[in-house]
Amino acid sequence: MANGTENIAEYSGTEQALDPDKLSFRGITDKISGITERRTPPVWFVAFGAAFSLFLVLLGSIGYLIWEGVGIWGLNNPVGWGWAIINFVWWVGIGHAGTLISAILFLLRQRWRTSINRFAEAMTLFAILCALIFPGIHVGRIWVAYWMAPLPNQMSMWPNFRSPLLWDVFAVSTYFTASLLFWYTGLIPDLATFRDRAKKKIKKLIFGILSLGWRGGNRQWRHYELAYLILAGISTPLVLSVHSVVSTDFAVSILPGWHTTIFPPYFVAGAIFSGFAMVVTLTIIARKIFSLDHIITLDHLEKMNKIMLLTGMMVGYAYSIEFFIAWYSGNIYEQFAFLNRAFGNYSWAYWIMISCNVLIPQIFWVKRWRRAVPVMFVASIIINIGMWFERFVIVVTSLSRDFLPANWDYYRPTFWDISTFVGSFGLFFTLFLLFIRLLPMISMTEIKGVLPQADPYHHCPGGHNE
Amino acid sequence: MAQIFPEWTNKLPPYIALGVIIIITGVVGFVWYYFSPWYTDVGYRPEQPVTFSHKLHNDDLGIDCRYCHNLVEVSPHANIPATQTCMNCHTLIKPDSEKLTKISESWNLEKPMQWVRIHKLPDYVYFDHSIHLRAGVGCASCHGNINQLEVVKQNMPLSMSWCLDCHRNPDEHLRPVSEITNMYWTPPDDQMVLAKTIRAEKDINPNTDCSACHR
Repeated sequence: MANGTENIAEYSGTEQALDPDKLSFRGITDKISGITERRTPPVWFVAFGAAFSLFLVLLGSIGYLIWEGVGIWGLNNPVGWGWAIINFVWWVGIGHAGTLISAILFLLRQRWRTSINRFAEAMTLFAILCALIFPGIHVGRIWVAYWMAPLPNQMSMWPNFRSPLLWDVFAVSTYFTASLLFWYTGLIPDLATFRDRAKKKIKKLIFGILSLGWRGGNRQWRHYELAYLILAGISTPLVLSVHSVVSTDFAVSILPGWHTTIFPPYFVAGAIFSGFAMVVTLTIIARKIFSLDHIITLDHLEKMNKIMLLTGMMVGYAYSIEFFIAWYSGNIYEQFAFLNRAFGNYSWAYWIMISCNVLIPQIFWVKRWRRAVPVMFVASIIINIGMWFERFVIVVTSLSRDFLPANWDYYRPTFWDISTFVGSFGLFFTLFLLFIRLLPMISMTEIKGVLPQADPYHHCPGGHNE
Repeated sequence: MAQIFPEWTNKLPPYIALGVIIIITGVVGFVWYYFSPWYTDVGYRPEQPVTFSHKLHNDDLGIDCRYCHNLVEVSPHANIPATQTCMNCHTLIKPDSEKLTKISESWNLEKPMQWVRIHKLPDYVYFDHSIHLRAGVGCASCHGNINQLEVVKQNMPLSMSWCLDCHRNPDEHLRPVSEITNMYWTPPDDQMVLAKTIRAEKDINPNTDCSACHR
């Protein structure tokens, strides 16, 4: 037995994350399906009620925004981009972990991803939805938001393809579509399991339609695996491209502090950083509530913490190289922009960002803390606060101190800025709670595939080598 | 395992695909036709307080457009004539006609006529009649054969693309300034040459920047 476990570790090239003694094929199906089949636990209703109330706050804020206009936000003359763009970039960034886990780690044969990929992909989709709200509502006249799309119209108006804001529309919507297809393709075998286990006629019909006639035959599996591989291949460049394009919103402009070539890789690293932090936060809650410790093990969490440590340092490197280039370029406006960030009137935000994003992740050098759930839970939340402040620092410090000192002003959010942002969490958690209640939140088929029992070289207890 | 779906559902996918295609085409076609100003605006013919006939006054009697719309060549706005203008003739011609009751009422009470506006542009669009006339765009190019109408209606969609079509390609619509109010003018065979001369002479390069109209 011990011999067999070593074999699979060797074979898959990864550490043994799942304990075969605690997991069986049947046990996994029962466990994951059971979460959605059991009566709804009261704690779910409490959480859903809270999330849905926040969602109503979002709807109310948007309604008032449409009625009254963007004047209800704290935007002022130099700072024409406030929380809306900050929240957009933040949510899109969070959305990056899902596809990184599902696509890139899949292509790199990182089999530990199977315990968290479904979860992370769902989080990605919901985060992108939250993100898409902000560019949609910030246009002021929301009823002409369709002008962003290349639709022939009686005005002969066409989007300006030279504008990075338009690239954004396409990058994010492509990303959403690809992520949705990828997520759905992965769900099909599990949806078929749900269909087969369903007792009620209506449930059988719904999952029957959703599972697209999946029977689990050999041919179907071959097509499925190939489709999944192709989708992973399509999604992989998107992980890198989407936030690169988002960063061009800033980098293509001429404002000091925005106009830098480091932005695309720096944004991608930050996106993966915040995305993993959000996955860790949510995973810790879910594995606690639904007792999934044996499926999402400490090994999984530790690996994610290592990625956070890595990307956190990449972000820290970007922060320091920006200062270096500002000095090295000899451009006084660039130098002013960065000195102003660290020591100007928004220095409080800058130092929050540095502490949360650069200093806090350093605790993950210590193995004991890397494997301590309370520590990583708090750290992951702090990291996301820090990443929000990163976008705040970038957007607000550069805008509030532009080229003409006569324009300078101090930006403050209003009640409606805050309520819209807080409300977007309502949308996110409403969708997330519905997801964990209605769909398999862990990929049953893929987990089974990485179990030691699934390995052809594995010898079961009672098998012929015992 | 029992089948969940009855056998006839096997035939559904092609019908669903067909339905989706029909619905999408239908929606696009519907919006294309019914949401267009060619449908919503062209042909707008409100009832006016007085049944003034352009056919009678312009075509039959030969009164020039500019007799009533006298400021059209010098002002952005093609003015609607004051009651005074009507009374220039109608103090003598058919002063007691029943059709003119409202005009004489307006005249006696010194209250302006409340004509119903037909050609409406949004507030955010700047439009100037005078410059178009000076360039050599005839009345009929936009307003159609108004000399044949008993009751005036909108002839063109006044949409942004309609404006831009001409601003990008004005050659077909230019004529000598002497002919601008001529309702029977037809482009000569060498219209393109004529347009070129007119454009060169007056240095006409229609502006298509946003700020040309959205000032």
